[in-house]
Amino acid sequence: MTAMAYDKQAASEIIARFDARGEMLVQILHAFIERFAWISEDAIRQLADELNLSRAEVHGVVSYYHDFRTTPPGKRIVKICQAEACQAMGSRELSAHAEKSLGIAMNASDADNTLEPVYCLGNCACSPAVMIDGKTFGRVSPQRFDDIVASSGDAN
Amino acid sequence: MARTRVYVPRETAAISVGADDIAIAIARHAKRSGDNIELIRNGSWGATWLEPLVEVTVDDKRIAYGNIEADDVPELFTAGFLAGGEHAKRIGPTIDIPYLINQDRWTFWRCGLIDPLSIDDFRAHHGFKALEKALDNGAQTVIDAVKDSGLRGRGGAGFPTGIKWQTVADVQSDQKYIACNADEGDSGTFSDRILMEGDPLGLIESMAIAGFAVGADRGYIYLRSEYPLTHRVLSRAIEVARDNNWLGDDIQGSGFNFDIELHLGAGSYVCGEETAMLESLEGKPGIVRYKPPLPAFEGLFGQPTVVNNVVTLASIANIVNIGSEKYASYGVDRSKGTLAFQLAGNIKRGGLVEKEFGITLREVIEDWGGGTASGRPVKAVQVGGPLGAYLPEEQLDTPLTYEAFIEIGAMLGHGGIVVFDDTADMAQQARFAMEFCAIESCGKCTPCRIGSTRGAEVIDKIVAGENRDENLELLVELCNTMEDASLCAMGGMTPYPVRSVLQHFTEDLPAARSTGT
Repeated sequence: MTAMAYDKQAASEIIARFDARGEMLVQILHAFIERFAWISEDAIRQLADELNLSRAEVHGVVSYYHDFRTTPPGKRIVKICQAEACQAMGSRELSAHAEKSLGIAMNASDADNTLEPVYCLGNCACSPAVMIDGKTFGRVSPQRFDDIVASSGDAN
Repeated sequence: MARTRVYVPRETAAISVGADDIAIAIARHAKRSGDNIELIRNGSWGATWLEPLVEVTVDDKRIAYGNIEADDVPELFTAGFLAGGEHAKRIGPTIDIPYLINQDRWTFWRCGLIDPLSIDDFRAHHGFKALEKALDNGAQTVIDAVKDSGLRGRGGAGFPTGIKWQTVADVQSDQKYIACNADEGDSGTFSDRILMEGDPLGLIESMAIAGFAVGADRGYIYLRSEYPLTHRVLSRAIEVARDNNWLGDDIQGSGFNFDIELHLGAGSYVCGEETAMLESLEGKPGIVRYKPPLPAFEGLFGQPTVVNNVVTLASIANIVNIGSEKYASYGVDRSKGTLAFQLAGNIKRGGLVEKEFGITLREVIEDWGGGTASGRPVKAVQVGGPLGAYLPEEQLDTPLTYEAFIEIGAMLGHGGIVVFDDTADMAQQARFAMEFCAIESCGKCTPCRIGSTRGAEVIDKIVAGENRDENLELLVELCNTMEDASLCAMGGMTPYPVRSVLQHFTEDLPAARSTGT
């Protein structure tokens, strides 16, 4: 996912698409992530303003949910399932391999990659499971991990 | 010559192991070779271990080829698979696959069978018949049928669905809602996903029936964000239903209005708890509410709301079609009908098994699952997600019913069955239960918010052999406090897996000090 510079006009258009309804905040934040890749302070200020909410309210929602990151991610977002079904098939070893292979720790980013834990991708009969830029992969051995990373996204 | 139908699932698990590439390869190859095919992207039958499962219709019979890779495609054409030709990966007729024919396929019967986004295919397989019947028979008849069927909530709590519906129906209000909980967060569960990807119109039909029964004209589906493909399929299905007037105003001239809004969750496990989900649907942090008031009285935006899980709702159309008596003839005790068990983790033949309540855990794991994927002995089985107990080998003969599981301090939950072989370190699994609770706690109540962190620390001390006995006692006390004093199942049931490890897997804890040392 490539982060696009924050654009107030584009943000307003997204908010308008949801009729500036405050109860749509979680959905609007998803649309912001899709467009800008992360939620900036500017975004929080504008959301509060246009949805007639306090900045604390918007911040409360942003910080509550795992999906709404507040720092720019790497070009490629790699999530490795850490839940029980994947643990039973070696997700701990796979995570250690991923950290080594990508050269970043879990919950960290560099320019190319963001590596995050995820608690269940619902692909538990094909464990261990990985998601790269929104695409789910199953039966992921360390070797297959390197292959799918190499063929995904714009980072090289 | 008629076009040959080729089925390649558009379903997360199948795609996660290459189904999209196979669909592309088949389409390209057919074009080159001049074969006239109709490529259908069906849902999954749920025999996930065979995915990607490709089928071809030959003489009105579907012939299955399992575990196909994109590289196999040229060979399949050479082998004449379009006419059902022999190939090393040919399984035979889909309806003869023992994994499938030995199930009680009532709720999931259309999954894999139909094109999920074709209203014609859906209609040809009893689609919207139950809604038509409900509109004819009247709301109270539907509620009575749901009550008589004995259907209980399939999300995990097991509350009688008919009673919930009656409560909402009896409340006077200008606005009521149906809220479908599709925040399937338990590890080892994917039945909601298979249903929504394989038969989304079936869910829509059942939600409309629920709306008609209780007097709600608006439904919400709260779908977890970890399911992006499901989101695309459901969004499209809702459009298809609207385009054909099965959603919207004056549905099929009946005077009944009902529409559905699809919302995405945002990675919070607690939002699977019904009141946290309602908060999230209102655009707020997913923090659980105090109960009472129950959502049936004050739910979404303070209005009476039916909150039901995907599979609970999807069971409704079938109950209306076959009759409550027939449905209730399946199952035992107060566990009526069928449950979609999901075989996951270290299992040879993972997938979805819809079966009447009452068969044993061992039967599902051995007869369907075929034992562990690693071929090593089963050490522990976690049933019901991260808040479910770890069962040892000795408990595998427990029948899969709500009652039998409560009796052994476990729960069926959403039907997830996660198998571990003998390499699992159960102390590590107990620690993970606490750690997961600490990560996902909404923070509203202290036992869950603080207790989970303290719990992980105490387990670390026990594993390190630090004041073992005192710390074990402390852990038991902490578990009791969390269970008794937490607001919802997150903190209240995290002790289940922890206690089960203390009870059944003491060999993974440091040995007790011998007296006198």
